[in-house]
Amino acid sequence: MHGVRKAFGAVQALDGVDLELRAGEVHALIGENGAGKSTLMKVLSGAHPADAGGMELEGKPYRPTGPLDALRHGVAMIYQELNLATHLTVEENIWLGRELRQGGWLQRRRMRPAVEEALARLDHPDIRPHTRVSELGPGARQLVEVARALVSDARVLVMDEPTSSLSRRDTEGLFRVMRRLREQGVAIVYISHFLEEVEEIADRFTVLRDGRTVDRGEIGEVSLENIIESMVGRSLDEVFPQVEHAAGEVVLSVRELAGHGLPRQASLELSRGEIFGIAGLVGAGRTELLRLLAGLDPIRAGSVRLEAGCSMGLLAEDRKEEGLALDLSLGENLTLPRLRPLLRRGWLSHQRRRACTERWVKELAVRCDHPDQPAHALSGGNQQKIAIARLLHQQADVLLLDEPTRGVDVGSKVEIYRLLGQLAADGRALLVVSSYLPELLGICDRISVMHRGLLGAPRDVGEWSEQSLLHEATRGSGDSQALSA
Amino acid sequence: MTALSIKSLLDPRRLTAIAGPLTGLVVVVALFSILEPDVYLSVRNFRNVATQTVIVGLGAIGMTFVIVSGGIDLSVGAIIALSSVVAAALAKAGIDPAAAALCGIGTGAFCGLINGLVIAGLGVIPFVATLGMMGMARGFAKYLAEEQKIDAPAAWLAELMSKSADASLLGLPKGVWLMFLLAAFMGAVLRHTVLGAHTFAIGSNEATARLCGVKVGRAKVWIYVLCGAFAGLAGVLTFGRLTVGDPTTALGEELDIIAAVVIGGASLSGGEGRISGSILGAFLMAFLANGCNLTGVPNYVQEILIGAIIVAAVALDQVRHRRRLLTH
Repeated sequence: MHGVRKAFGAVQALDGVDLELRAGEVHALIGENGAGKSTLMKVLSGAHPADAGGMELEGKPYRPTGPLDALRHGVAMIYQELNLATHLTVEENIWLGRELRQGGWLQRRRMRPAVEEALARLDHPDIRPHTRVSELGPGARQLVEVARALVSDARVLVMDEPTSSLSRRDTEGLFRVMRRLREQGVAIVYISHFLEEVEEIADRFTVLRDGRTVDRGEIGEVSLENIIESMVGRSLDEVFPQVEHAAGEVVLSVRELAGHGLPRQASLELSRGEIFGIAGLVGAGRTELLRLLAGLDPIRAGSVRLEAGCSMGLLAEDRKEEGLALDLSLGENLTLPRLRPLLRRGWLSHQRRRACTERWVKELAVRCDHPDQPAHALSGGNQQKIAIARLLHQQADVLLLDEPTRGVDVGSKVEIYRLLGQLAADGRALLVVSSYLPELLGICDRISVMHRGLLGAPRDVGEWSEQSLLHEATRGSGDSQALSA
Repeated sequence: MTALSIKSLLDPRRLTAIAGPLTGLVVVVALFSILEPDVYLSVRNFRNVATQTVIVGLGAIGMTFVIVSGGIDLSVGAIIALSSVVAAALAKAGIDPAAAALCGIGTGAFCGLINGLVIAGLGVIPFVATLGMMGMARGFAKYLAEEQKIDAPAAWLAELMSKSADASLLGLPKGVWLMFLLAAFMGAVLRHTVLGAHTFAIGSNEATARLCGVKVGRAKVWIYVLCGAFAGLAGVLTFGRLTVGDPTTALGEELDIIAAVVIGGASLSGGEGRISGSILGAFLMAFLANGCNLTGVPNYVQEILIGAIIVAAVALDQVRHRRRLLTH
């Protein structure tokens, strides 16, 4: 691809992008949210036509008229959100929309060999043609999407943030498959925010910024810091800004808390002015612990003690499903937990709502045009700021934050880290769940690891390393094993 | 609050939100004014149309709350019949018409309460819960009326829907003014109260609302009580208009009411809708029916047209949504 341009209205989403893919490589496409990665891939996969510039595929000019046409040329896209019909089987999903048929009747027997061949290339024990997708975990589902591409004999595979919802183990499984496909000569475009993963899997990289190619090269020849610098366009002195804060008195104490299912046992004490991290694998019960504390799920055993007069607020993991009402305005989202201050003689005052929203927007430096804008108009990072502002408006003393920087670009991440530090400095208590270990190590004061529903003993952040966190997350600590025995 | 309402009435965003039904209404009125200029545009005819709109309009006020919350209420037609029978039976027994009317409204609210409790408490989806209530309310109305019409003195209740000059206020029956007044008030409730804000939040994303500490179940119960009460009021006015309590009245009326709300720009998936739009939708359908009657267009053409308008309204809305998503 060379000199590709694409504009939406007045927004120049792509402004001259060059990208070169070789057969049998994993090519990382890196850039902040809004840099144009997804648009570029939509052009490549035929979802949007390019305004200018050209593409060549195996020496021939390539101009897909739509995603199906692109697929016929061997270019397949695997989207960020999984596009699977969970009620259907693996086989039905793989052929969905392109079923082989004769006079309207499905030709299952003819479809089967291709499915089996594709699944053999993936080599995953759980995925059988007749398995219902709803029975599969997120990692396996991702592979079903890959199988769908393989059945159509894709030679270029575009993966947009494929690991964002995968646990470490599923990610490794996916990487194994990607390496195998690479050996078979497939070119893979790999889009990810996780630079550590890029370093692990990719051969070469291209960095986009503001719709332009700003850097490219071989992984291993440049350092991660250099890549981050060209992504952000400025030098990142500190990804984890340190805001001075000190732990005060205990506000929340949790004793041997258990839910129906997960978590099985969790005890912790949280103080004002403290950021407490919870590490662990996806599915270990971390989200469930926060939901128990927030009162969203019933408690089976144990006790939760909150200092009198304090309140708790939860920042949900999934912004789209649970975190925000995306069709409603920023103001409506932000003020929802506490409408009382907006009341004037029993009626909601829109002026007050607007004033209140403007105050938070300013305080948290949310980039938006207007407080009445619908939430879906904002970027992920700014949506997350609105969700955090909502907790602040709620006047929560204890903030339960589930993956606070998921789907947020590097620049906004830094702002959110600084904000969390400030909240702790103001005397709030923060409980942070994250799958991104550098983040926990960068912002937390103490960290515990959750392993199969059991929360391990907390240790000061200085006593942890990525290795030791990962070790305990995958194998459990000594004492949690004793508990489970 | 009044200053607020007047200012927000002129808010351009508010106008674009009801632009669809408003345009439709203008087109229908213009069309029939050309076809039938003498009769159609007369004050008398407007009085006719407005009076015909009252029942659907009142039902649509409550239904807007339900639909904005992401629900549906199929029982309103049956509730209208039941409360008209209740009011008639009490009036026949010699009870003061005001008390009979209140009991009619209360009957509707009670049916709504059961709907709300079944939906919020037992987790039955609104479609099924209210489908059940539709059968129960209709059956109960027939039982009360012994499958006959109850003839009863409606007293001043009849005046509410009377088109005669001395019963009217500023040229329109009092029932019409009542509908306008309640529509304005409930429009403000939907936009400017905690219940209204929660209704939108639940319809837009119930999980988020729960997360924010909104008492979702309690809000839903109130929403269905409100819808039932408005159906009850519509039933009382039906009794006033007919001066009989008829257990078979308002058959299928729930669909007209839902159609009015949908034409008015509400989304059946929740989170969107306006009382003003719903009232315009009700008027659109009434003007269309009236125009067809006057020009001698057969009934089936009307039905075809209204069906097409419902689909067109929703399709237009979808196009607008898609464009909005593309620009972001």
